[in-house]
Amino acid sequence: MSEHLTEIIIFTFLFLLVSGMGFVAARWRRPNDLATLDEWGLGGRSFGSWITWFLVGGDLYTAYTFVAVPALLWGAGATGFFAVPYTIVVYPIVFLVLVRLWSVSHVHGFVTPADFVRARFDSPTLALLIAVTGIVATMPYIALQLVGIEAVLKTMGVTGHLPIIIAFAILAAYTYQSGLRAPALIAFVKDTLIYLVIIVAVIVIPAKLGGWDGIFDAAKAKFDASPAPGDGPLLNANNQLQYVTLALGSALALFLYPHSVTGVLASRNRDVIKRNMSALPAYSLLLGLIALLGYMAIAAGVKPIGTDNNTIVPQLFDKMFPDWFAGVAYAAVGIGALVPAAIMSIAAANLFTRNIYREYLKRDATDADEARVSKITSLLVKVGAVLCILFLDTGFSIDLQLIGGVIILQTLPAVALGLYTRWFHRAGLIAGWIAGMAAGMIMLYNISNPATGKMHFAGSAFPLEQLGFDTKMTVYAGILALLVNLAVAVIGTFVARGARLGEGNDVTQPDHYFADEGDPRVKELDLTH
Amino acid sequence: MTTPGKDRSDRSPWNWLLIVPIVLPLLPFLFNADGPRLFGFPRFYWLQLAFIVVGVTCTTIVYQMTKRKR
Repeated sequence: MSEHLTEIIIFTFLFLLVSGMGFVAARWRRPNDLATLDEWGLGGRSFGSWITWFLVGGDLYTAYTFVAVPALLWGAGATGFFAVPYTIVVYPIVFLVLVRLWSVSHVHGFVTPADFVRARFDSPTLALLIAVTGIVATMPYIALQLVGIEAVLKTMGVTGHLPIIIAFAILAAYTYQSGLRAPALIAFVKDTLIYLVIIVAVIVIPAKLGGWDGIFDAAKAKFDASPAPGDGPLLNANNQLQYVTLALGSALALFLYPHSVTGVLASRNRDVIKRNMSALPAYSLLLGLIALLGYMAIAAGVKPIGTDNNTIVPQLFDKMFPDWFAGVAYAAVGIGALVPAAIMSIAAANLFTRNIYREYLKRDATDADEARVSKITSLLVKVGAVLCILFLDTGFSIDLQLIGGVIILQTLPAVALGLYTRWFHRAGLIAGWIAGMAAGMIMLYNISNPATGKMHFAGSAFPLEQLGFDTKMTVYAGILALLVNLAVAVIGTFVARGARLGEGNDVTQPDHYFADEGDPRVKELDLTH
Repeated sequence: MTTPGKDRSDRSPWNWLLIVPIVLPLLPFLFNADGPRLFGFPRFYWLQLAFIVVGVTCTTIVYQMTKRKR
């Protein structure tokens, strides 16, 4: 441990600095009253372009991504690079969708995607399904942020769970006090550190290793020597479809996650969102370069600690950087975990408050009640995430996160298509959700990996062979599950119309989807009529 | 409950430009090859990174052309 003393001191210093900022954030852009969900959970819906860029960037490109994507390239090669096309296609796809969601949420005061579904389709049941899906998909994501911190701590020789518990206790305390303002303020530090570290890394490390040519050749040599069929510096005939469907499916899923919606709804107006959709890909470039750290690790002959591939990047930094700068790099990853973890816990807490507590437990909840319940729930969510790490195998969190991506996609028909059309019947959407969930679970359960001896939930690449096709090709299970969902939703809609089931009342109007800052709001939206 | 300017809409022919950065990165035959290399990067890597620039360009143009006059 003593050989890492410099790293530990720098890491601890930066971590405490940022924690201090988290508490001070309650005073930043101070509102008259923090005791409403609009203020605590959405920062007053007032963030401009810069804050939104740092906040949403810090939210989507998490510490886990920064650790896991290079680990994927290190282990399997080109397939891990799907993160780049994924984060390119997402912005043009959601460019027009998110401004509609922002507008209708602005008019009606929606805080969560389930709020919108509740008002659009007049179905508390469908809203509950959307809310529960969001909470279940988010929880393991928070737990994975801890995995990112753990990978860094392990490299510094710090073992045991106490440091993680302390870090999360501090995080929980300032999120409780400052709400969304805390991660918004910390995101500035996090992203500055990450950009600094990566720019230095992609200049210094290739220079030390003798240039990019050598790095890619070293990767090729490693995969040529490996017996595994799916790895390599390029895609092969059997994993191209998986690569493309995984990129597309992940892109469709990204802005269905409650924490992404929270970041978007916190922005001030429609232009802020559009401008960010064209500016956020700066992070994708960063992610692409970070991904290549995996190949640098191959060229540098870096080995993970034990069997934990996630320690590859921290190990590379340890080998290539002087101690003090490695400390800065570790702090960047550690702080990088705090921003998304805070936003995710806020988003999950808002879902519980708005769509479970207010809908089923206390219909006449005041703004102050909602803020109080959300604050407490955000604490419970973090305790849950820590318990996940303490009592469950890390691999299990990764499985859950994998499942999370597949299940959050099943909210697409109600949330994303619902923003454009009221054609679907609420009963059809519920049936589609059930069918998509079931199909997704069955497929994931049947994905095995003979190389690791894992029989179930061993990835998201579903072999088309199992559907009777004579091929070795694989496809992203989430996309197939979504197709099942859509087909059943369409059939269910026809059946429900045929049976003359009630359509429910849509309280949104076409012009609500184009409203902008300064337009009047529906002050007291009655969700309970 | 109505908002002013009922004739507002998100429709614009510029929106079609958004299809380019959605489709390009999903066509592996464009980039799934080693050569030509650029600064030592195989085509698979440099071309996909270059698509980021395509994405930024297209979304920026659409944003600028559809921005609301204030």
